[in-house]
Amino acid sequence: MFELLGIPPQALFGQLLLGLINGSFYAILSLGLAVIFGLLNIINFTHGAQYMLGAFVTWMLLNYLGVNYWWSLLIAPVAVGITGVILERLFIRRLYHLDHLYGLLLTFGLALITTGIFKQIFGVSGLPYQAPPLLSGGHNLGFMYLPNSRAWVIIASAVVCLATWFVIEKTKLGAYLRAATENPTLVGAFGVNVPLMITLTYGFGVALAGFAGVLAAPIYAINPVMGENLIIVVFAVVVIGGMGSILGSIVTGFGLGLIEGLTRVFYPEGSAVVIFVIMALVLLVKPAGLFGRTA
Amino acid sequence: MAEAAFATNPQADAGSPLLSVKGLEAWYGESHVLHGIDFDVRFGEVVTLLGRNGAGKTTTLKAIMGVLPKRTGSVQFQGKELMHAPARFVAREGIAWCPEERGIFSSLSVEENLMLPPQVKPGGMSLDRIFELFPNLKERLSSQGTKLSGGEQQMLAIARILRTGAKMLLLDEPTEGLAPVIIQQIGHTIARLKQEGFTIILVEQNFRFASTVADRHYVVEQGKVIDMIPNDQLEANIDKLHAYLGV
Repeated sequence: MFELLGIPPQALFGQLLLGLINGSFYAILSLGLAVIFGLLNIINFTHGAQYMLGAFVTWMLLNYLGVNYWWSLLIAPVAVGITGVILERLFIRRLYHLDHLYGLLLTFGLALITTGIFKQIFGVSGLPYQAPPLLSGGHNLGFMYLPNSRAWVIIASAVVCLATWFVIEKTKLGAYLRAATENPTLVGAFGVNVPLMITLTYGFGVALAGFAGVLAAPIYAINPVMGENLIIVVFAVVVIGGMGSILGSIVTGFGLGLIEGLTRVFYPEGSAVVIFVIMALVLLVKPAGLFGRTA
Repeated sequence: MAEAAFATNPQADAGSPLLSVKGLEAWYGESHVLHGIDFDVRFGEVVTLLGRNGAGKTTTLKAIMGVLPKRTGSVQFQGKELMHAPARFVAREGIAWCPEERGIFSSLSVEENLMLPPQVKPGGMSLDRIFELFPNLKERLSSQGTKLSGGEQQMLAIARILRTGAKMLLLDEPTEGLAPVIIQQIGHTIARLKQEGFTIILVEQNFRFASTVADRHYVVEQGKVIDMIPNDQLEANIDKLHAYLGV
């Protein structure tokens, strides 16, 4: 009964699983971009490099300090987040009164510098990262084989995305963030330290990229350009979901991952471009994105 | 309790000004909007800033609050100089601002809007008292902030700064664009707030409304205070005031 259009279920579900995994990364990364863009009005082109940084910090923690994967899940995002806080304080802060374009150029330049430094030190061939024992092996679900490492990425990503959504949409802290996104001057005039909020928000968005990097370490090759390729797709996801929309970036992230997976089953030649085709279609119909608010 | 705390403040007792503005100048980019505003407000007073459109009334409130990029002069609150403090410190001294455009957040519910401003001083108004003053808000707590009517949004904008414990309120044209019955309700509210010991600066175009709530009126023209008229002498000065306001 699973013989859909002559495609074996193993292949179909295998590709859907791959799609969900890609979607997990799209979701976390575009969520971080959305949070940053919402409050800072900056398109954070450094995001891909910060994702790469998360993976490298994970690798370094294991190889230099013997810190295992599970601790890295906590330490690496915090470390990457701190580099974000420093960047915001040193550079990005100076651009808020200027056009968007300056923030884009700055963060793009920072991405090139970061990637360049890592290429210089580590080369581009990629470093291996041994998955922890708990993540090796897998389960046979009958219709497909589900490796633990992949199931873990999907679950961890979904939990982090939903927790972020919950904090932003349902808590007092999130209310400050939403209010400051709309009118930072007024929130400051209520006595709230908006500049500090902006710094921490950037740090948090960057930490999300770092977290995605940790998740990537055991399943993808760790190399300096791993973020460059991914981030282009993630920007398309953000455009489709709508810039600055929290729920939009999560739903479109996972959804587009699945669509990409399905395309790989039914029309493999189109899988590399399907997201960009969807982006073009969405821009034609809803220029603000599926979940975007037109200002 | 909060009034007691204020009463023990020697400056409040002595009838010296609670807020004293001297030589206040402000700019929007290149344009010089305030050219030396001087006025003061005593504890418990309701004072209005009257003047034509573009005279600098709204800018005066913003300059006091510290939300303008460039200002000079002196703003003293309870004897403390606020000129170099960013807005968040001005707020924490106990001055709350209700902007002309009301500033209701569309991505927040009515309740979130109401609860947003943090407490800056002890003794803010309780929610029960706020709902007594603004019964409409209680029924709309879960609505989106900007789904309220204009009058309800204005009430929400005033209500949320009463919770914070700030005792000095800067209200920028709270009656603008509202129906007469709502204006009346806001007038009653301001009278009640005065009774409870709030000190209020009210920016108004409508001096008929202003005369029902205020103790004194400052007339602002071209970025300067050009006259002060106590409310009980308003009738005697009505011709002069008409000339100032061009009505």
